[in-house]
Amino acid sequence: MILVSKLCGKISPLSLKDYKENGGFEALEKALFKMKTEQIIDEVRASNLKGRGGAAFPTGLKLQFVASEKSDIKYIICNADEGEPGTFKDKILLDGCPFQIIEGMIISALAVGASYGYIYIRGEYPQTKDLLKKAVNILKEEGFLGKNILGTDLCFDIEVRTGAGAYVCGEETALIESIEGNDGRSRFKPPYTANKGLWGKPTLVNNVETLINIPYIISLGSEEYKKFGTKSSSGTKLLSISGCVANKGVYEIEFGMTIREIINEICGGVETDKEIKFVQLGGSSGAVLPAEMLDIKIDFDELNKLGIGLGSGAMFVGDESICILDFVKTTMEFFKHESCGKCTPCREGNRHINKILNRIIEGKGSNRDLELLVDICELMKDTSLCGLGQSAPTALLTTMKYFEEEYKEHIEGFCRAGICNLKKGAVVYG
Amino acid sequence: MNCLKNDIESIIEKIGNTPDKLIEILIEVQRQSEENYISKDALKIISKELKISLSKAYGVASFYSMLSTKKRGRYVIQICNSAPCYMNGGKQVKKYFEDILGITVGEMTDDGLFSLEFTGCIGTCDKAPAVKINDKVYGNLNKEKVEALVDSIRKEEEVCDFSF
Ligand SMILES: Cc1cc2nc3c(=O)[nH]c(=O)nc-3n(C[C@H](O)[C@H](O)[C@H](O)COP(=O)(O)O)c2cc1C
Ligand code: SF4
Repeated sequence: MILVSKLCGKISPLSLKDYKENGGFEALEKALFKMKTEQIIDEVRASNLKGRGGAAFPTGLKLQFVASEKSDIKYIICNADEGEPGTFKDKILLDGCPFQIIEGMIISALAVGASYGYIYIRGEYPQTKDLLKKAVNILKEEGFLGKNILGTDLCFDIEVRTGAGAYVCGEETALIESIEGNDGRSRFKPPYTANKGLWGKPTLVNNVETLINIPYIISLGSEEYKKFGTKSSSGTKLLSISGCVANKGVYEIEFGMTIREIINEICGGVETDKEIKFVQLGGSSGAVLPAEMLDIKIDFDELNKLGIGLGSGAMFVGDESICILDFVKTTMEFFKHESCGKCTPCREGNRHINKILNRIIEGKGSNRDLELLVDICELMKDTSLCGLGQSAPTALLTTMKYFEEEYKEHIEGFCRAGICNLKKGAVVYG
Repeated sequence: MNCLKNDIESIIEKIGNTPDKLIEILIEVQRQSEENYISKDALKIISKELKISLSKAYGVASFYSMLSTKKRGRYVIQICNSAPCYMNGGKQVKKYFEDILGITVGEMTDDGLFSLEFTGCIGTCDKAPAVKINDKVYGNLNKEKVEALVDSIRKEEEVCDFSF
């Protein structure tokens, strides 16, 4: 744990004394007393920080958008919904160092002129929610939140809100609907949240991990901060690693490591006596990569070149015992369940994909089914209203590309992993 | 109903009576109910207090998968069916629970003690396979642990019964 998570597990999460002794709130004081608001934004822009919630949007630019809006009230939302399957890194930060996330929110509030903030935490983390509420109360009592923060003109308060089990509520407009007390269904865009977000007001939505970077960027300065990571991807990334590796867990790495290095050097290699078959990067909405591609670097530009996203930084490592179709089916059932139903391509597309996949898994599929799957996926990617429907087909499309022969085998009645109720064995083509 | 009304009113008083607090209120009402659900009567009271339509309150209660408008067991066992768990023994864990409780996912035991459900990722992927029982998470499960878990809950409940 090298940078943003270094206090997690080292200090008592609700001890303000511990936090301050470890440099806590130095960045806020610097921002409040020594910097102009434009300088804060410039510093974040210069740091090249990109959003850690999945979309990798430049954080400094987002701050600038919200700052440039004219409005009597602006909001900040910390997105702690962490619903992407296989992702559990925000929880480590929230449980380990809540003050630091809140410090990031206060500095952002100062930068964009927001007076009220929300932390939206998923309902599945009730203990973490209680901890956050306590953290907010402590900071209110100590003058870090509320009116005239540290004796200045800055007024900023925070409320903690929870979701109730809906993956789509991690999407920022659905999240906003949820805070407003509605079903979490994504909104049409534009207008974008920076312009019209919560209750129609300019709103900055940032992921937990993005926010926790802000105090470091301010206290270190962007030049120092950029020494971490690579040219296109500065800083560090928290990876949530699960599957067949020996040491599963959350690890903070510098950008630039390869997936293979991460598995071998950090996770202690594979736990079973089997070989790695694939790695899914970015959670259920991410690409499934075959073992031959493990030398890819965790770096936004490198991944972009291959048309792959880093997503939330989840890494699921699967070994040969897993049947690709069984895996994809589990993934696609998830999306079918989580689709909010507002737009047709996603609502219907997910249902049809599941039907077709079941047919193939039962050995009743045909080559025409494979063509159909690709057509539906492309349609969903291009026409779904929000990121859920657009990214739902990623695992299916990438496995159809990299594991084509397994799909064909199932159509011929074979499952090489012996999971599906078909003949066990691989078919040799060509 | 009166008792219910008082309980709900005090929950709303604590959380706030603006429409945006609806989800927080529903979570708390469900948490305090013996049967882990939000009854129609409760929805009526809530919608009146927040000055929203009943259909809106019902719509929200049925949209979110942690909220239930159907009676559930006192212990709601939620099996994670996201890939990291489900591919790592979760499927077997589902079967162990189904066998030991004699119900399938989506059902409740006759004594009203257990309900079995699926849930999306609960952030315990490093301890897969995992389940959530009410607010607690249990990871690294196998057959023995599942049996022990169900046993210990049943025993605890017996002890409680004697004290009445
Ligand atoms: C279906 C869906 C789920 C999402 N879930 C999350 C989430 O759990 N946490 C998160 O920070 N961002 C999530 N996002 C991304 C948010 O919409 C948004 O881009 C992000 O919170 C912006 O913060 P960042 O710029 O700091 O990354 C999700 C997006 C989609 C489409
Ligand atoms: S893409 Fe899916 S989740 Fe998003 S708005 Fe459409 S139906 Fe809802």
